[in-house]
Amino acid sequence: MEVATGAGRSIPDVPLVALSGACVHFGAVRALDGVSLSVSAGECVGLMGHNGAGKSTAVNVINGGLTPTDGEVRYGHEDGKNGTGVARARACGIRSVFQELSLCPNLSVLENLRVPHRDLTGFGWRRTAAGRIAGALDEIFPGHRIQPGMIVGDLTLAERQMVEIAAGFAGGPTPPRLVILDEPTSSLDASIARQLLDHVRRFCTNGGAVIFISHMLGEVFEVASRIDVMKDGKIIASRPASEFTQQGLIDAMGHVAAEKTAARATVESSQRIGEEVLKTPEGLNARKGEVVGLAGLAGHGQAEALARYFMSRSGKPGRVKDPEVAFVAGDRGRDGVMPLWSILQNLTLTHLPSLTRRGLVDAVAEQALGADWKKRIGIRTDNLDNLILSLSGGNQQKVLFARALASTAPIVVMDDPMRGVDVGTKQEAYDMIRTEAANGRTFLWYSTETEEVRQCDRVFVFRNGQISAELTGDGITEENILAASFQMQGAGA
Amino acid sequence: MNGKYRILLPVLSLTVLLAAVFYLQPRAMSYFGLNLLFNLAVPIALATIAQMMIIMVNDIDLSVGTFVSFVACVTATFLNDAPLIGVAILLASILAYAAIGALIHIRQLPAIVVTLGMSFVWGGLAVLLLPSPGGAAPAWIRTVMTVKPPLVPMAVVACILIAGLTHLLIMRSSTGTLLRAVGGNAQAVARSGWSVTKLKAGAYALAGVFGVLAGVCLVGLTTSADANIALRYTLLSIAGVILGGGEFTGGRVSPVGAVLGALTLALAGSFLSFMRLSPDWQIGAQGAILILVLAVRLIFSRRGRKWKGAENG
Repeated sequence: MEVATGAGRSIPDVPLVALSGACVHFGAVRALDGVSLSVSAGECVGLMGHNGAGKSTAVNVINGGLTPTDGEVRYGHEDGKNGTGVARARACGIRSVFQELSLCPNLSVLENLRVPHRDLTGFGWRRTAAGRIAGALDEIFPGHRIQPGMIVGDLTLAERQMVEIAAGFAGGPTPPRLVILDEPTSSLDASIARQLLDHVRRFCTNGGAVIFISHMLGEVFEVASRIDVMKDGKIIASRPASEFTQQGLIDAMGHVAAEKTAARATVESSQRIGEEVLKTPEGLNARKGEVVGLAGLAGHGQAEALARYFMSRSGKPGRVKDPEVAFVAGDRGRDGVMPLWSILQNLTLTHLPSLTRRGLVDAVAEQALGADWKKRIGIRTDNLDNLILSLSGGNQQKVLFARALASTAPIVVMDDPMRGVDVGTKQEAYDMIRTEAANGRTFLWYSTETEEVRQCDRVFVFRNGQISAELTGDGITEENILAASFQMQGAGA
Repeated sequence: MNGKYRILLPVLSLTVLLAAVFYLQPRAMSYFGLNLLFNLAVPIALATIAQMMIIMVNDIDLSVGTFVSFVACVTATFLNDAPLIGVAILLASILAYAAIGALIHIRQLPAIVVTLGMSFVWGGLAVLLLPSPGGAAPAWIRTVMTVKPPLVPMAVVACILIAGLTHLLIMRSSTGTLLRAVGGNAQAVARSGWSVTKLKAGAYALAGVFGVLAGVCLVGLTTSADANIALRYTLLSIAGVILGGGEFTGGRVSPVGAVLGALTLALAGSFLSFMRLSPDWQIGAQGAILILVLAVRLIFSRRGRKWKGAENG
């Protein structure tokens, strides 16, 4: 139980961290506009808000990454010689686990711990590091198969996220007192996410504190003792979690409630769906105008099935202008955005062949296409020539949607495209997919979230790289999907 | 590619080349023969390590060759005539390297441009010091470079020492891990409260140290210097790092591989001489060997990576 040591000894009523009237301005943008927030030992604060509400900025102020332009930050365990910025926050026991993976892929798991743990020096540091990370992994994710000597680049996305979480909770000379988890479960499947939630509760019971940021409302309600809702750089509501309902929370965040669209979908689907347009060796098939979901636990072969299908149908000579399949990436950093390009260049990438006049890109047509899609899917920017990275994650994802939908491809393959996207953007994306399907496009959609899978007309559940069930219409329920994902494993264990 | 397999290819290519040389010229298979084969590889290995330090932090150094030439000129003049001033100049040049590293990071300049510019600076200084070939090697360096250890020749011992020590420094020590972390994900390092500027300056300073060692060793072997003595080291060192399993980005480097890569490149020259290839063709043939080895590596790593990306879902 190395992980929780020391956390229990904090003085009551002295918050671990307190922001008072913190403001952060980037030029004219008020990213944080007078936020007062305090976290005490034993609390688990759910920080909610749609993308761009100021959550990340608030987190960066708490962990010392940003200095507020106005207002102040106080830490509960300060001894006056802690330095400044990130080092000061770390010395006070503040740890952050970021949404975008912040591990070094070229280093091993234990070597990655060296970066945040400054005391790991001298002879035998490797053994100490291995002990700390293995201890934390064993405690949080019992049954994991990660060795401290493994190179991070060889791990799967879920395993990397597990390592990152474990590093946040790993004990050291200054024990973790407040751990900030930013979308910690976005790449984890349900059973591993459960282990994490259990650990968060244990950690808080033992006197630690957690700031939990997630777009999965269920998770937030499960662990949070208090929920703070942010909007436009302010905290607009802060109440015990028991006083919120899911609906109330969504309303507070300023988005229209996520209503069930499944019923509407089944009615229209009979007229929409046409003949079969694709069939793969493993049994995946889809018809014209159909939205086909790939479900199951993360890492059971869904992404590979999509990749195999996409690779087999793309890149053929002569089909560049008229592609068969378009791809929407979920891991934006890895196979989505071109980080140095503008929004417009990112958007028109797959469409370039038809924008070409005599070997040159027709700039006017490109602008027109960009402006059209900006309006159609509501990319929040005043200038498409800005860098793609100036957009929030959800808006970057919209650009990737536009990139795929702008092409003439009749089939669109989506690899968990809503990873880390806020509720409002998701609703817009669902509508977009519905509209496109009504126009005769076929979608193959891998998702780890039940809510998204329920948007589909037909769902294939994967288990151990094979299709274990095919669900349609009203049969697409969480229970059925879980049953198909677990069946064998449950019997085996 | 896993770190453990990464080292296989340089070992394999060196073994194949060494076997070919021994087949063509069995007399090379002796204490004296090996020393002769690998003598000039020692400074190349050191320069390759210097280049590796820079590639480790995602930059590239086009000034290694002229820097080593400059150091060689300092060694053959000041270090011989007025050792104190010589040492001071060499220390200052290491500091200059660190400053360049800091400058590149603070101003976010492309390293390729800055180091290309610096290569003219070092080259100019070298010409100022020694307008025509000459100078003399300090006696102690001469002694070190011509020492005859029992059983294994000096060149081989030196290469093993260089490989072993830099492996400890870069792959095992906690400081080396931090430097590799800068190459892997500089943002994560900065977020943990480290100064990336200082770390980069450190990596560049290490490159300076190994560049100085390369220049001093070179003069110890050649006994005199020339302003253009090591120009080809720039490309040899880059090729050596890549041949040794390193990658241009991502902090994936291997010191042992880099030394092996340098040895392979040095040996490729001897191999072509033994084949009685005209010197006119040698540079081209050396390039062909390099392309061949890298092509083999590409095939290996492709096979491993093809579906790896998809697994990460």
